[in-house]
Amino acid sequence: MFLDRFRKPQPKRAILALYGDPDRLLSAAALAREHGFQGMDAFTPYPVHGLSEMLGVRKSWVPYVTLVMGLTGATLGLTFEIWTSAYDWPIIVGGKPFISLPAFIPVMFESGVLIGGTMTLAALLLACGLPNLGKPILDRDLTNDHFGLYVPETGPDWNEERIFSVLRKTGPIDIKVVRV
Amino acid sequence: MSEVAALVQTEAAAPLIDPRKSFADVNTDVSAPLERPPGALWKVFFGISASLFLLMVIVVGYQMKKGLGILGINHPVGWGVYITNFVFWIGIGHAGTLISAILHLFRQRWRTAINRSAEAMTIFAVMTAGLFPLIHLGRTWFAYWLIPYPNWRFLWVNFRSPLVWDVFAVSTYFTISLCFWYTGLIPDFASLRDRSAGWRRAIYGALSLGWRGSERHWQHYERAYMMLAGLATPLVLSVHSVVSFDFATAVLPGWHTTIFPPYFVAGAIFSGFAMVVTLLVILRKVFHMEEYITLQHLENMNKIILVTGMMVGYAYATEFFVALYSNNPYERFTFMNRATGPFFWAYWTMVTCNVVVPQVFWFKKLRRSLPVMFVVSILVNVGMWFERFTIIVTSLHRDFLPVNWSYYKPTIFDWSVTAGSFGFFFMWFLLFCRVFPAISMAEVKGVLWTAKKNAAAKGQPSGREPAHVS
Repeated sequence: MFLDRFRKPQPKRAILALYGDPDRLLSAAALAREHGFQGMDAFTPYPVHGLSEMLGVRKSWVPYVTLVMGLTGATLGLTFEIWTSAYDWPIIVGGKPFISLPAFIPVMFESGVLIGGTMTLAALLLACGLPNLGKPILDRDLTNDHFGLYVPETGPDWNEERIFSVLRKTGPIDIKVVRV
Repeated sequence: MSEVAALVQTEAAAPLIDPRKSFADVNTDVSAPLERPPGALWKVFFGISASLFLLMVIVVGYQMKKGLGILGINHPVGWGVYITNFVFWIGIGHAGTLISAILHLFRQRWRTAINRSAEAMTIFAVMTAGLFPLIHLGRTWFAYWLIPYPNWRFLWVNFRSPLVWDVFAVSTYFTISLCFWYTGLIPDFASLRDRSAGWRRAIYGALSLGWRGSERHWQHYERAYMMLAGLATPLVLSVHSVVSFDFATAVLPGWHTTIFPPYFVAGAIFSGFAMVVTLLVILRKVFHMEEYITLQHLENMNKIILVTGMMVGYAYATEFFVALYSNNPYERFTFMNRATGPFFWAYWTMVTCNVVVPQVFWFKKLRRSLPVMFVVSILVNVGMWFERFTIIVTSLHRDFLPVNWSYYKPTIFDWSVTAGSFGFFFMWFLLFCRVFPAISMAEVKGVLWTAKKNAAAKGQPSGREPAHVS
């Protein structure tokens, strides 16, 4: 594809070390970080707290989407109510003004929640690159009871032996090279 | 830090799950019902539910042909059992959102074992509720007129009407509950994908969207889940408030009350929790999940039933007091008529079931007794159904002028559709139990790890050494 030449080169393989509990993974991640491994990730069955700091994962930007889209939805809802009730075809109902702000609050609120919520889910999928059904499953136990530390190939000077020797010291159940 | 310490302490006092379980046990136990053919009991229940739903379809079809005249509603009682059912089912849904969203925001970790099934209950209850306004319309085929869309009549809906607010509130509630539920299900679908083969793997794989549990993704996931919880919390409070506006904005004595929004929300949570208890008592027995949905979980829910039951009782008392104190003869009459008039039996069923019966939960022994809580939870829902019936029917049947007075009698068709709505709800719930994980595996693992650490710290068996598969 034309756009591919502008993308960063993606790693072709990586080392995956599997652990039996989250604490081992955390200490392994700390050690790996001390050794300056680049681009690390972890694969866990449930969110392990403290891991993102170890791996240098940045905070999620999803909440900003919720805020902006929630406000946008509420604004759109209110604008639509005012436009239909006061401009497109103004009809007096129950002697209320054309722009009956208090009566417009519920629909405004619901529109904000509707757009904010659906867009939060959309942002989550976008941020995680989902759906990505084509990507390989690294290990079937990663969604069960194994916790994996993932060190990707970073370039021609990637030293597989060195990473192996560091990670072996951290007590993994298994350690292997995976194709990604 | 003190917050965390307090949390750890409470969990140490009563572990939510046996710390000797391994992470793999969680997957195996929760997936077990999905991986074996349905038992005889399930088939019987499903058959009954589906038959009731079929009955509803037939009756509604007949109603489409003949018109609303086959029902009990007439002048002056124009809202009857259908609207009662609508409010009842919307209320049932509220506990699911309360458990999944509000308890999440308050960091109540006991929610992890029950939130999945409670959210499922919410979605099915809202689906059931949504049927009633549509069939109550009479000309159901014009239901799309409720939605503001550009049309050749150049008309828009009246945004000042609470009935239009309802359309927005209920549809938003359904959509957001579905988003929230699905977000929670993604990691569990991935777990199911990784333990199954063949077509099951293909289906769960597609549903999981290719989730792999990357830390970069968990980071987004947790924040998004928190945001959805934050949105769902005011949403759930708004939905039943809007439903109560259907009544509160009318001028009818008995309806025209400012207490309605909080009173309805408390009642909704009350009835919803009762329904969760009813369902979970059965679910944990049939699917052998006693180790995950423990007595501790059920007891916590019973405490909430007790609290919200008293809130509802307080609302009944306030309403009555204000009516008597108001010096307004119509208001006074409406309430005296509720308690002593032709529908006294509905009123006193409501008071007995909602205010008197939950008081048994003051006693720890009764709070932890399965038969007691099962009976109480059903009685609470009977009571809450009659609460809506009382509010709707007794206010309508005798208003300002005696010339407008009449009695309301639902017909066999009203009752068939009501029974059918229960069939519809249980049909979905039974299907859910067999194809989706009824307990959030990913979240339970987080709680399990805390339990293990606490047990290890106290020198108890914690099973910290995982079973090595490879």
